[in-house]
Amino acid sequence: MCGIAGYFGTPSMHQPPELLLRRMIGAIRHRGPDESGTHVEPGVGLGHARLSIIDIDTGQQPMANDDGDVVVTFNGEIFNFVELRRELMARGHVFRTESDTEVIIRSYEEMGPDCVTAFNGDFAFALWDRRRRRFMLARDRMGVRPLFYAWRGGCLYFASEAKALFEVPGIDAELDPVALDQTFTFWFPLAPRTAFKGICSLPPAHRMVASPHEVAVRPYWRLDYPDAADTGALDNRSEADIAEELRALLTDATRIRLRSDVPVGAYLSGGLDSSIIAALVRQMEPKRLRTFSVTFESGEFDESAFQSEMVRALGTDHTAVPCRTADIGRMFPDVIRHAEQPLLRTAPAPLFALSRLVRDNAFKVVLTGEGADEVFAGYDIFKEAKLRRFCAAQPKSQWRQLLFQRLYPYLPALKGQSQSYRNAFFGAGLEATDDPLFSHLPRFRTTAGGKAFFSAEMREELHGYDALDDLRAHLPADFHRWHPLSQGQYLETAHLLPGYILSAQGDRVAMAHSVEGRFPFLDHRLVEFASRIPPRLKIRGLREKHILREAMGDILPPSIGDRVKQPYRAPDSPAFVGPEAPDYVSGQLSPAAIANAGFFAPRSVEKLVTKCRSGSFLGFRDNMAMVGILSTQLLHHSFAKDVAADIPATVAA
Amino acid sequence: MLNSEIETRVRAFIDENFIFAEEDAGLDGAASLLDAGLVDSTGILELVTFLESDFAIQVADADIVPENLDTIDAIVAYVASRRGASASVAA
Repeated sequence: MCGIAGYFGTPSMHQPPELLLRRMIGAIRHRGPDESGTHVEPGVGLGHARLSIIDIDTGQQPMANDDGDVVVTFNGEIFNFVELRRELMARGHVFRTESDTEVIIRSYEEMGPDCVTAFNGDFAFALWDRRRRRFMLARDRMGVRPLFYAWRGGCLYFASEAKALFEVPGIDAELDPVALDQTFTFWFPLAPRTAFKGICSLPPAHRMVASPHEVAVRPYWRLDYPDAADTGALDNRSEADIAEELRALLTDATRIRLRSDVPVGAYLSGGLDSSIIAALVRQMEPKRLRTFSVTFESGEFDESAFQSEMVRALGTDHTAVPCRTADIGRMFPDVIRHAEQPLLRTAPAPLFALSRLVRDNAFKVVLTGEGADEVFAGYDIFKEAKLRRFCAAQPKSQWRQLLFQRLYPYLPALKGQSQSYRNAFFGAGLEATDDPLFSHLPRFRTTAGGKAFFSAEMREELHGYDALDDLRAHLPADFHRWHPLSQGQYLETAHLLPGYILSAQGDRVAMAHSVEGRFPFLDHRLVEFASRIPPRLKIRGLREKHILREAMGDILPPSIGDRVKQPYRAPDSPAFVGPEAPDYVSGQLSPAAIANAGFFAPRSVEKLVTKCRSGSFLGFRDNMAMVGILSTQLLHHSFAKDVAADIPATVAA
Repeated sequence: MLNSEIETRVRAFIDENFIFAEEDAGLDGAASLLDAGLVDSTGILELVTFLESDFAIQVADADIVPENLDTIDAIVAYVASRRGASASVAA
């Protein structure tokens, strides 16, 4: 795990290329503090900041083949490198190192750019083939590892994080209004768009192949579901058979993710998914497992009782970091600098504290349960959509709507909600059952409430833009033929997962402290297998992740195996008000600062801040708006050149 | 308390707490707060808390329905009726 940066073309001559690479790599040093390296030749520069995990002695990068005409700089892991290495050796390849990096080079020599299809891993890399004058960027299927690029003066620059690109003379950080509109709808910009104008994200499962004359960005894999009408395309075996294969696949996905020359730990949230992974590791590794978790003051968010139960059941060596509400406020500016996108929730902040805990305990690698809710349909939004569709089929039925009470039992704000208001909220848009975004319309509508704060200039610039139409236009051609649950899963897995979960809440906050997360549930073999599992086995009635529980329940204590999903959340606006409110909040949200940045209407923000400070209860929309506005301001002030000086630097946590 | 006075206070509360975009100011008394996107599933609790504390009434769970609370006109009528009810009880 590491950071990469570099260019293809001829950089402007402001500084020697070597120095430019050093500066780019320096900006993302947190990703790889152990070593660094560069490779410069006419027309190409590659840089690398290394976090040494596999083949510590000879795995340095950038790495070249024997003739020196294929060079790679690589961030991530190819988990099946052991098997690939064996196959390549059988074909006559001679390896000089034990690294997975060399497997990329040899695979490329064997297969060309298609080599990515052979990789099972979390990767982002740049590869230069001097003989063919071919430059290539590639990113893993699910979007675990980040990769950004920008063009300036005919030169292509790339890096693991946008902040490295801002080291390039002429590449400036300017927030993109369309990206803001998308963020205030979906929680993230739609790739390849990023929060910054002119900075692109290479979408997951894509590769770019560039020559001096031609550039092509193409997918090499796609998340796919069978047509709902095509029952033959589903896995029609018995539930027991499916569960058995699921278990075998998940076990193997976990096994290859334990490959490391440094010790591997695990996150333990207390929920089903991380408990399954920790229990699997426990079965495979004789050594006592090291686990980590975060705890909260408020019972609304805290899961420490369940964490303790798993620690007892597995006998792990466990450490927890308490995350106080005020800590979130204090860490937030650092989190935003790492995330490089506006956030509508504070949930990445406690994970930032958690990765620091892992690093302070001298661990570099953790396994987590990330991805299970997408792949096996654990999120409440899937149950909500199922119920809404069920009600839409019989709109006059009173008793069907009573089922809405079963949703969100953990949200205090919804307790005591009357039935007719539940119907009004969840029932809104019920006529839109053929809208491809049906499952997500209530969430998008609540989130979009934050757009009420946009300034007049923003509205003018966005005139006629509709983020929902934009998303609809970019769905796969056969999307409308999929089962409604598959459609909802696609929206979560292809968009929210890379756009927010794996980035702002994943790679960025983990790598901020040089910690690599590994996610067995996102092994593409498991993802492909799960896409063919009949929807009725994923959510049975209202039991989410049914087939996963059937497959894995026996390795968990019953109280964990049967636990209803409690989504990971953290205190939002309370982190920024009250006696412990961080100093920067008043400055960032002052009418002058809001007007200077230009994205929001100062008077509207002032009303929200007053409301927030009054201590009265804030609903979803206002919480998201408050966090979204503050994070946009912080992002603007962290990166935009003209304003970096006029607000005092925030206090590092 | 006159209905016009109730309306003034209800409007002021809604203006300060739910209406952030300038162009939404001066909401029609018959406009749906839900349809206008001004109140979400949690925002309704803010409204109820305000009515109970500011008008010294009790809002029964069964009364938290859109028919009573989804327009300014409905809220005014509801508050007036609740105040009338408690006044007659007091008498």
